[in-house]
Amino acid sequence: MANVAKRQFDAVIVGAGGAGMRAALQLSEAGLKTAVLSKVFPTRSHTVAAQGGISASLGNVQEDKWEWHMYDTVKGSDWLGDQDAIEFMCKTAPEAVIELEHFGMPFDRVESGRIYQRPFGGHTANFGEKPVQRACAAADRTGHALLHTLYQRNVRANTQFFVEWMALDLIRDADGDVVGVTALEMETGEVYVLHAKAVLFATGGAGRIYAASTNAFINTGDGLGMCARAGIPLEDMEFWQFHPTGVAGAGVLITEGVRGEGGILLNANGERFMERYAPTLKDLAPRDFVSRCMALEVLEGRGAGKNKDHVLLKLDHLGPEVINHRLPSIREIAIKFAGVDPIKEPIPVIPTTHYQMGGIPTNYLGEVMVPKDGNPEVRVNGFYAAGECACASVHGANRLGTNSLLDLVVFGKSAGDSMIEFIKNERPTHKPLPENAADFSLARIARLENQTGGEEVNVVREAMQKTIQLRAGVFRNSENMALGVKEIAEVAERAKRTQIKDKSKVWNTARIEALELDNLIEVAVATMIAADARKESRGAHSHDDFEKRDDENWMKHSLFFNQERRLDYKPVHTKPLTVDYIPPKERTF
Amino acid sequence: MKMQFKLYRYNPDVDAKPYMQDIEVELEPSDKKLLDALVRLKTVDDSLSFRRSCREGVCGSDAMNINGKNGLACVTDIAGLKQPVEIRPLPGLPVIRDLIVDMTQFFKQYNSIKPYVINDTPPPSHERLQSPEDREELDGLYECILCACCSTSCPSFWWNPDKFVGPAGLLAAYRFIADTRDTATNERLDNLEDPYRLFRCHSIMNCVDVCPKHLNPTKAIGKIKELMVKRIA
Repeated sequence: MANVAKRQFDAVIVGAGGAGMRAALQLSEAGLKTAVLSKVFPTRSHTVAAQGGISASLGNVQEDKWEWHMYDTVKGSDWLGDQDAIEFMCKTAPEAVIELEHFGMPFDRVESGRIYQRPFGGHTANFGEKPVQRACAAADRTGHALLHTLYQRNVRANTQFFVEWMALDLIRDADGDVVGVTALEMETGEVYVLHAKAVLFATGGAGRIYAASTNAFINTGDGLGMCARAGIPLEDMEFWQFHPTGVAGAGVLITEGVRGEGGILLNANGERFMERYAPTLKDLAPRDFVSRCMALEVLEGRGAGKNKDHVLLKLDHLGPEVINHRLPSIREIAIKFAGVDPIKEPIPVIPTTHYQMGGIPTNYLGEVMVPKDGNPEVRVNGFYAAGECACASVHGANRLGTNSLLDLVVFGKSAGDSMIEFIKNERPTHKPLPENAADFSLARIARLENQTGGEEVNVVREAMQKTIQLRAGVFRNSENMALGVKEIAEVAERAKRTQIKDKSKVWNTARIEALELDNLIEVAVATMIAADARKESRGAHSHDDFEKRDDENWMKHSLFFNQERRLDYKPVHTKPLTVDYIPPKERTF
Repeated sequence: MKMQFKLYRYNPDVDAKPYMQDIEVELEPSDKKLLDALVRLKTVDDSLSFRRSCREGVCGSDAMNINGKNGLACVTDIAGLKQPVEIRPLPGLPVIRDLIVDMTQFFKQYNSIKPYVINDTPPPSHERLQSPEDREELDGLYECILCACCSTSCPSFWWNPDKFVGPAGLLAAYRFIADTRDTATNERLDNLEDPYRLFRCHSIMNCVDVCPKHLNPTKAIGKIKELMVKRIA
């Protein structure tokens, strides 16, 4: 092996957002030598931007049951979610949220001293009968409160963070088992091999494949890119959530909690149009549904503003007290990014790419599962994934608001527990590294160093973002997606020849952005091909040429193998852990 | 629209010492915030290094010194900035490269106040109860994003970054003292009872002036000092 420094740990976690830090806590407290890598200081991970809440059927305000939460999640997923994983998440939710409270998370409170809960999109009582207050909130800063609390708890547990390290590639041995990662220390520009008994990816989403997204700059799908290059398929990548309320023009998120607190959507005529589309849940229907209704209003000429290109989110009727107390950051964001004070005026909003439902295929234990010898789900030894980068799959074709923060802590913990068991029972000593463990990463970096006649990173990245924005949007059709497949393949070729001018070692962000683009492009290609192939409409995948859901042919997860550009499929888990299967029916709200 | 900048530049790989670079950039109409302009600048010169992530003022990555005052680039409007816009790294911390500073000391101080709820009684099966009024005591304290605008604008922190906890760390200290679920107030006060750790704050209030989240560390520090006095009495 070339001259690369090696370091050894029991466990390596890539990513220090909610999922990575919840897992880290589990491993640190079990006394395992754990390294947590993050491109940014942990509290800067994108979990920090989550606003509205974390769901759990605590019933602090109104009667609630985890079975109702499960039903809503299955229905929200448009029956693409795996029902064993969904049961596990919804049943575990109350204890997971109580645990966060015990860790010190500053939830808002109700008079009884318990955690405050607000209504949210698709959250209902008694199997869809009426809205219920299930979203546990810390004002409109729930993600910030959660992420800081988990960081603080990890300080207490003496977790070892590798801050501003970027993982480059997954190391698999001849058996296909995972034995570590390669990583770049940003401050020095040095590449290391991190040898581990178990590796967890908690790298978040890749919303930056789109031109307009609520996502942070760092959300470049690094875990997905590493998997794609290591022969691990990506699941359900055609499903991207468009959040109904991104600030028009800026893309910054406005929480669904605004509508949970009583905010409403208006078209140019001042009509509360959601009453027409969803008579029961109205503005609190699930996100895929509301986003489509908004896009329809605009397409049919009822958009607001001089270009008639957005709708209005009205909340002034809630009064300054509610806005300042429950939605203070929303007011700040509206003033800063939309130039309106929501106490007086409505906020201009449009559906904006927000969340990646697909990802690295896992089960509810956080174990990465891939097809092998005719079996659709065989564990990759030593490899785990949790959070937005993983596909358990609890969100199926459309995620419910507040289920993402829940996903992080529930599966972060279960993945951590699975790793502890694996290390104890199956891999008490390190499995040897392959001879050439770092060569692939070093070759990628050398390619970038020596590239001549290539294109600038930002030019290729913009081409990718334009293609995906145009070809894989809220409404899709065959012709448009076929074009997208062709165009993204061309962009992927260009991405192989990116060139940077800055060749220095220390904190070279040009190099980091080039390496991030390598990851983004894998996600973009997977998204476009999987979307083009799915001939139905389900959840966030809305196909003009196939307007209905087709359970007979398409109630299945897609698996995209990037290296061979090959799609495969596997069945949805229809058997919950203890309760009865929830059979598909038409989704109305 | 063209915009003029005066940027602090330093790349240890090639520069013997830091220098100020005069540079201008053609902005697009969609560029509204200072961060948009810096991202645009980076397409002209890819060697310009700075931290950034959420671009909405909640992750705390892009704190820098803008025309002499600390702030977040992503929530600073381009309109209204005096040109050339002079941008420097946060003052008082070692510069690694360009606008990227070494924040080790800042986080060391934050960690030193034990930034987590301490409560040795076994937790109940439900929440540790807290009234809405008691919870309100945490407002204005827990929202800190650890951007370091405050501590790096504080002369006391510049002189004694290893001994003075600084406004961000002290705000966090009071956040836990004020939390009814935390039972370690005495221990926390002991931890701060020192000529430097707390008492180097001379209420200069630069921290309040620069905080992008409109928090008030000076007020929190005052409350800790009050508790110290009460304890002696």
